[in-house]
Amino acid sequence: MIAAATTDAFLERAPVLLRDAVTGFLPEPWRTLVNALIAVGLILGIFGTLFAFITLAERKILGRVQNRPGPNRAPIPFINKRFFGLSQPFADGVKSLTKEDIVPRDADKVLHYLAPVALLAFSILTFAVIPYGRNLVPVELDAAVLYFFAAGAATELAVFMAGWASRNKYSLLAAMRALAQLISYELPLLLSWVPVVLIAGTLSTTAIVDAQAGWKFGFIPHWHVFTPWGFAGFVIFMVAALAESNRSPFDTPEAESELIAGHLTEYSGFKYALFFMAEYFGMLALSGMAITLFLGGWRSPLPFLEFIPSYLWFGGKLLALIFGFIWIRATFPRLRIDQLTRFAWKFLVPLALINLGNTIVWSLMSNSSALMQLARWPVCAAIILVPFVVLGRKLSAGVAPRIYRYA
Amino acid sequence: MSISDLSPLGAQGGSHVRAVHDEFHGDLLEVSMGPHHPSTHGVFRMIVTLDGETIVKLKPVFGYLHRNHEKLGENTSYLGSMPYTDRLDYLCSMTNNWAYAIAVEKLAGQPVPERAEYVRVILAEITRLLNHTCLAGFLMQDLGCSGTPLMYAFREREKILDLFESLSGSRMMCNYQRFGGCRVDPSADWLEGAKQLTDGYGQFLDEFEALLTGNEIIMARTQGTGVLSPELAVAAGVTGPMLRATGVNYDLRKTDAYGVYPRFDFRVPLGAHGDVYDRYMVRVLEMRESIKILQQALAGIPAGPIMDPKAKLRGFRPKAGEAYGRIEGPKGEIGFYLVSDGSPNPYRYRVRAPSFINLTILEDMCLGQTVADAVIILGSVDIVLGEVDR
Repeated sequence: MIAAATTDAFLERAPVLLRDAVTGFLPEPWRTLVNALIAVGLILGIFGTLFAFITLAERKILGRVQNRPGPNRAPIPFINKRFFGLSQPFADGVKSLTKEDIVPRDADKVLHYLAPVALLAFSILTFAVIPYGRNLVPVELDAAVLYFFAAGAATELAVFMAGWASRNKYSLLAAMRALAQLISYELPLLLSWVPVVLIAGTLSTTAIVDAQAGWKFGFIPHWHVFTPWGFAGFVIFMVAALAESNRSPFDTPEAESELIAGHLTEYSGFKYALFFMAEYFGMLALSGMAITLFLGGWRSPLPFLEFIPSYLWFGGKLLALIFGFIWIRATFPRLRIDQLTRFAWKFLVPLALINLGNTIVWSLMSNSSALMQLARWPVCAAIILVPFVVLGRKLSAGVAPRIYRYA
Repeated sequence: MSISDLSPLGAQGGSHVRAVHDEFHGDLLEVSMGPHHPSTHGVFRMIVTLDGETIVKLKPVFGYLHRNHEKLGENTSYLGSMPYTDRLDYLCSMTNNWAYAIAVEKLAGQPVPERAEYVRVILAEITRLLNHTCLAGFLMQDLGCSGTPLMYAFREREKILDLFESLSGSRMMCNYQRFGGCRVDPSADWLEGAKQLTDGYGQFLDEFEALLTGNEIIMARTQGTGVLSPELAVAAGVTGPMLRATGVNYDLRKTDAYGVYPRFDFRVPLGAHGDVYDRYMVRVLEMRESIKILQQALAGIPAGPIMDPKAKLRGFRPKAGEAYGRIEGPKGEIGFYLVSDGSPNPYRYRVRAPSFINLTILEDMCLGQTVADAVIILGSVDIVLGEVDR
């Protein structure tokens, strides 16, 4: 049994074994508490480090796309070697810690202080329910998916707090934009994963990952993304996730060419760094959830690759999605706020609703004959593709390349 | 009382301006964008009155970079003003030089040798490439691209600036034209370098356009944004690509046929809508025509003197009179008006700055649009504050 062998493999079990070795001697009630604390510490440590290096990776990749080297000057202390600027994140950290923290005189000081803290707190909360590997989920919740999006939605409040408390007109405009944008995209984001819950029949993240186990014909994984409704849901989810994490091309709240830095205009020093961190945490959490819901969670794509530990698969998928985020940022210009909300309400929401119906058709057809099993592929693909084309045409009506005449 | 009553344009600014007097609308928000705003292209300031995100009033404020350019010109000798013209539109010093040289040559009746005319055309068209490339990059930056188009635009700009530096000794402040010719003769190597640049530029434009021109977001953002009617454009004295984007066929290279331009085969692209997209596209197409002019000019450049041997540099005193010299600069009609009283200094020295005049209709284009649009409309006007404020 390959599966059993991999489950028992040392590397696969290493994190759990290590934890048990540390906390095994404690009495039962204490052990749960210490285990939870270890999980919290690990999440903060790992994602904190990941955040630091993703900022570097983002700048490096942006640089590569833009025909320049990116940051490569910061040396490693004491040995004075540069290593491609690998210590840049730490230099940035020290800089933001030592910078003066300026609070505008007229700002609401309490809210101004609270906003970055609240934003960070809510985005860290979402990490609790993501399964990072086999048996590696910090908190087992029956309604984990619901909890994740409830905690994630609270970040909108923090962004608005920041914009409102700064007493700056740019920040205020940004806060209004952020509210409009985040509320608009909350809906397609939520609707895009309902089909997954419908098919998997559970709100627990672990069970959703389990529902995606196995391979068809031995090489096509049973991931939700490899079905018509799953692919559509994944794309809608990722587009909404881009908007939810304020990334280009949906970065209207902090549109630097219009609103200076939007809701971050009046933040400096470490508070600014906290915002930055929270934004990356939000991006990481949403990517993690996308992996859990659509990309098979920590499962390997091919049977013979199962020897690689599950948490590495999760990490690899996470980095691939983050790379996608960075690539999109390097390529696309920004949408205007009214176009952005129109895109959500007139395109993504109807499409997500149709996808929900599509999933119902899919699951109804799956219970009948082999012919129906085969027929559901083109049928479900058509159900989502036709509205996609029609809605897309309507959305981009009047916008087309032009032919120019010469005098 | 509605806002359209308050608006300085009154009823005629009206069709876009919504009445906001009912109780469902709150106060208007006045935002001062600039003079230290990331996208005002220098020290330009817009006092924008907003209803939500919609602009109901826009007051441009400039003069932060005013440095008495015209008065300085009247207290300096004719040749002494030449380096100052570099500082007007600091992206296009070559065309500024040429326009000033044409004005003085007209005043003094100074002929220009043929080789110098060719060199001037070559430099002017390279300047046009430089200016339009930078403008496209800046415009994309205003549209929210994270620097990618700008970086590639600046890569090409570096190549052009290297050419300028090897010819004139300075990257941006070239101070190259003289009355009756040019300061130095370009070497065969330099001409070869210019030829290489020209031949490679089409490929860069293809690459640039592949990324941007057909982009759905760019089309959605720019098409129908900041529409300028041909009537208003002509009435306001708008020139250059901005005028041609509205569909008015007016290119001084064709209408004035100055220099050796009649010898070259090129076309003038015209827009039809007068929006930001048309302004961008007209510039891109103009660059392609510039490449054609450059290829013809570089192939046909004759040998001979670069400077008229009879031209007088020191003790230059044109006879009393007046002259207006103008050329089609990258931003529009750049003209110099000179009145001479026979002394070494001009009696009156006046610059017709295209970006300043093109900027006057900013409010008309921005009314009813959003803040985000105002930024790209300003970007598409193509201003350089050194020229606006003088």
